[in-house]
Amino acid sequence: MTDAPILEVRDLAKTYGARLGCADISFDLWPGEVLAVVGESGSGKTTLLNCLSTRLAADGGSIVYAMRDGSRRDLATMPEAERRFLMRTDWGFVHQNPADGLRMGVSAGANVGERLMAIGDRHYGRIRGTALDWLSRVEIAADRIDDGPRAFSGGMRQRLQIARNLVTAPRLVFMDEPTGGLDVSVQARLLDLMRGLVRDLGLSVIIVTHDLAVARLLSHRIMVMKDGRVIEEGLTDRVLDDPRQPYTQLLVSSIPQA
Amino acid sequence: MNAATYNFAYLDEQTKRMIRRAILKALAIPGYQVPFAAREMPMPYGWGTGGVQVTAAVIGPGDVLKVIDQGADDTTNAVSIRAFFRKVAGVATTTHTAEATVIQTRHRIPEYPLKEGQILVYQVPIPEPLRFLEPRETETRVMHGLEDYGLMHVKLYEDIAHHGRIATAYAYPVKVAGRYVMDPSPIPKFDNPKMTMSPALQLFGAGREKRIYAVPPYTEVKSLDFEDHPFEVQTFNEPCALCGARNVYLDEVVLDDRGGRMFVCSDTDNCESRRTGTGAQS
Repeated sequence: MTDAPILEVRDLAKTYGARLGCADISFDLWPGEVLAVVGESGSGKTTLLNCLSTRLAADGGSIVYAMRDGSRRDLATMPEAERRFLMRTDWGFVHQNPADGLRMGVSAGANVGERLMAIGDRHYGRIRGTALDWLSRVEIAADRIDDGPRAFSGGMRQRLQIARNLVTAPRLVFMDEPTGGLDVSVQARLLDLMRGLVRDLGLSVIIVTHDLAVARLLSHRIMVMKDGRVIEEGLTDRVLDDPRQPYTQLLVSSIPQA
Repeated sequence: MNAATYNFAYLDEQTKRMIRRAILKALAIPGYQVPFAAREMPMPYGWGTGGVQVTAAVIGPGDVLKVIDQGADDTTNAVSIRAFFRKVAGVATTTHTAEATVIQTRHRIPEYPLKEGQILVYQVPIPEPLRFLEPRETETRVMHGLEDYGLMHVKLYEDIAHHGRIATAYAYPVKVAGRYVMDPSPIPKFDNPKMTMSPALQLFGAGREKRIYAVPPYTEVKSLDFEDHPFEVQTFNEPCALCGARNVYLDEVVLDDRGGRMFVCSDTDNCESRRTGTGAQS
């Protein structure tokens, strides 16, 4: 890890009218670190993720991102063109529902290649070669490259979405319940794959999940949210093995023991 | 009905000024779709209401009008629009490309090279090249604004992946002056190369969609492609069955119920000129 955080968040707040989305969120994310945000539904996890990824405009606080060139930029004041460029080069966003993150009407190859074309690659053979390489890395057979995502199973769609996001070698990936709605064996394979990719590529990840097992497997650090605020944070093992807040204790003790 | 009860060229002067302002803005930003308050015209949408309004706004008493529909001067749409302007503007009309000062066209560019001073008015059904890739107009406007055109190449990628080549044969997307991606209206891609660096002024009117856009004279118009799958136009094996022209766009004409067919020039004026040896020809 280098000596500067890739993302610095201070006093982030978002309200929906009179209702609180999230408030008083401050943390640093370091290069190569995986941060899990856990909490029950309605606790503000997704609002936080959307604010961080600039899909939602925050109402207060600041998010400072360390660009590739080392400069530190406040995302709130970054022009939209630059922000979009960042989102399709330096960042990835993996949605819970793959249909939200994929272009369902075009083939798997085009889904993976879209980011390359968006940043100016105009060589069909090269784009296709890269797409094939990425499909194999997420364990999708090469002969499915011209099939659309509609012909794919839920697990394959999710892996395709991951490939589509990682093709431009991003440094920061946001994940919103990436294993939600998948059966456990598919979940396990996907988690295994994501763990390998995160380690190999040195990705920084912010993953939102309500599944503590996913958090334990993937993340280095955990933030527990309740009613829009962070109530506890710490190393994953510490939080899960020695929860301090009553709510975190409840959350941890709610995992059914097999 | 007495034609004299109409204002010159049918539209009232305020409307023509509004359309001219839109045209000027379109010329200032080549390829950018300028919204305008399209009027109801005495013809159905899809029959060239946008083109007619642009023609009405730019035509003057001294102009000579030519109207083509798929290259032909003698189809219903072309004949009636020509008659319409003869009646409401009293302008001279012609079928010869070289004699015309204003040419309204549906889905073709004449074979005979256009020259300075001529205006080509296209009838446009769907002005948004990204429409079928991104249905939200709010989003496509942002994409144009930020020059976010990766999606356009996704379509071409899909063509190659499924057909082995870029199968788009008409309404082939172009980039104008290195900036805006534009739908050249449903002309065959055979005509795309005629758009670039054309000495003539090219105006596009979409009546139902209420958009005007333009390509000023001598502006670069580049058809989108891949480095290893460059843009190419249709080719025909045989020359025109009537005039023998090669390197022109041909229509297939079915002759009988037994599979008989012939390929003839889509541009009827060019074909006739070549056969009669009169007028300018390519």
